[in-house]
Amino acid sequence: MTSTSSGPDFLAHYDGDVVAVAVRDLVPGTVEGGYLRGPESITLELLHEVPLGHKLALTDLEAGQDVVEYGLRIGVTTEKITKGSYVHIHNLRSARWQNSVA
Amino acid sequence: MAEQRGLTGYRREDGSVGIRNYTVILPVDDISNAAAEAVAKVIPGTLALPHAYGRLQFGPDLDLTLRTLIGTGSNANVASVVVIGIEPTWTDLVVQGIAKTGKKVQGFSIERNGDLKTIEKAARAAASFLQDDSEMVREPVERREIVLSIKCGESDTTSGLGSCPTTSEAVDRWVDAGGTVLFGETTELTGGEHLIAERCVNEEVRAKFQKIYDNYIEIVERTGANLLGSQPTQGNIRGGLSTIEEKAMGNIAKTGTRPIVGALESAEMPDSGPGLYFMDTSSAAAECITLMAAAGAVVHLFPTGQGNVIGNPIEPVIKLTANPVTAETMSEHVDLDCSGLLRRDYDLATAGDKLMDVIDKTINGRLASAEVLGHREFVMTKLYPSA
Repeated sequence: MTSTSSGPDFLAHYDGDVVAVAVRDLVPGTVEGGYLRGPESITLELLHEVPLGHKLALTDLEAGQDVVEYGLRIGVTTEKITKGSYVHIHNLRSARWQNSVA
Repeated sequence: MAEQRGLTGYRREDGSVGIRNYTVILPVDDISNAAAEAVAKVIPGTLALPHAYGRLQFGPDLDLTLRTLIGTGSNANVASVVVIGIEPTWTDLVVQGIAKTGKKVQGFSIERNGDLKTIEKAARAAASFLQDDSEMVREPVERREIVLSIKCGESDTTSGLGSCPTTSEAVDRWVDAGGTVLFGETTELTGGEHLIAERCVNEEVRAKFQKIYDNYIEIVERTGANLLGSQPTQGNIRGGLSTIEEKAMGNIAKTGTRPIVGALESAEMPDSGPGLYFMDTSSAAAECITLMAAAGAVVHLFPTGQGNVIGNPIEPVIKLTANPVTAETMSEHVDLDCSGLLRRDYDLATAGDKLMDVIDKTINGRLASAEVLGHREFVMTKLYPSA
């Protein structure tokens, strides 16, 4: 299991972001994180392994929904994503470069 | 934390300030590399800058190569230049361009001499320049006199969380001190280009930025290619970045918060006084930093996630990472480990203090990791095929 004794498990940029970044290698189970610039704490049930630097969903997302990180759209989902899921190129694509798909 | 330290540098004839003191042997074209490298071998202590182009280029592509060569020779980290080209006309163009700075520069051409006679003559000039350059001494300089450039590479999400915001701290402090900072990576603004446009200081700058951005994106999109693996790179994807927009937001996170006072063509020197400038560049590290050095930048900040190992022959490249795995496994490449930000061991202002300390030491002569490891990537940007 991951431990919160030496800092957070994941960090989000801004309130309203629907994804956050694992700041250590995470395994399924309860994980705790927060915001880069704020004291608030977020706890959620992680469903998949998420390596350091990779993203997890903070909310449920519909297929084709905008994914917000840094307070801005960083792409769209290619399938329905459940809160606590691993988010990367298998379920997230660019909204700008239509041909850039995994 | 931030220790008050006097900065020192080399004050050049044209008023620019350098932090290194190179005697450069500059080939005009690919086929003059052998002679240039031979001179640097005969006269150790000089620096040859071999590169891949300079023949049969035309139009804007030729202009860019000549601007890059002249800008490189004109950079304040360069004390003097020996130019070697295959024929005298373009060689003289480069010599005359560099001579405008007032620094010592002499050109040699190979046709009707051959490599060996050229090497002898150029080596004699290089020997004389190097000896004179060795007498130049560091003087107290102001932060505002030092042109900084920034570009990140092999980014991952830790770049956007840690190393890029840390760089941003330094950028704002630099601009507030009256200094000049260059950023680029045109395609890597995609998804956040409106944030850059909004920060342009007036309509003229904004229109120029938008035109540069739109032109570059048109070239990329016209290919119809799947860019996944190229932009973002395979390394970016391995590090957790999923889309160009996500990568762009990390990139933009390093540009600070100050207004953008100018939008420059590749290798174009800042023309609107001090402040933060956008420059049209590729997002490939060696191409980008070569262009920034050619525009006069003398020290570079390079946030990395997965561990890009880039260096530049004339512009020291300072690397910082917030990725604890990179900081540990590639420590010889890392000048500042700011992974403590991810553990919340300290805040961004403190990380900024740590970075300023590294920058100031590097300015004053401490070698950056890339200099110690001999990374001297000097890469021309080629716009289209030669004639």
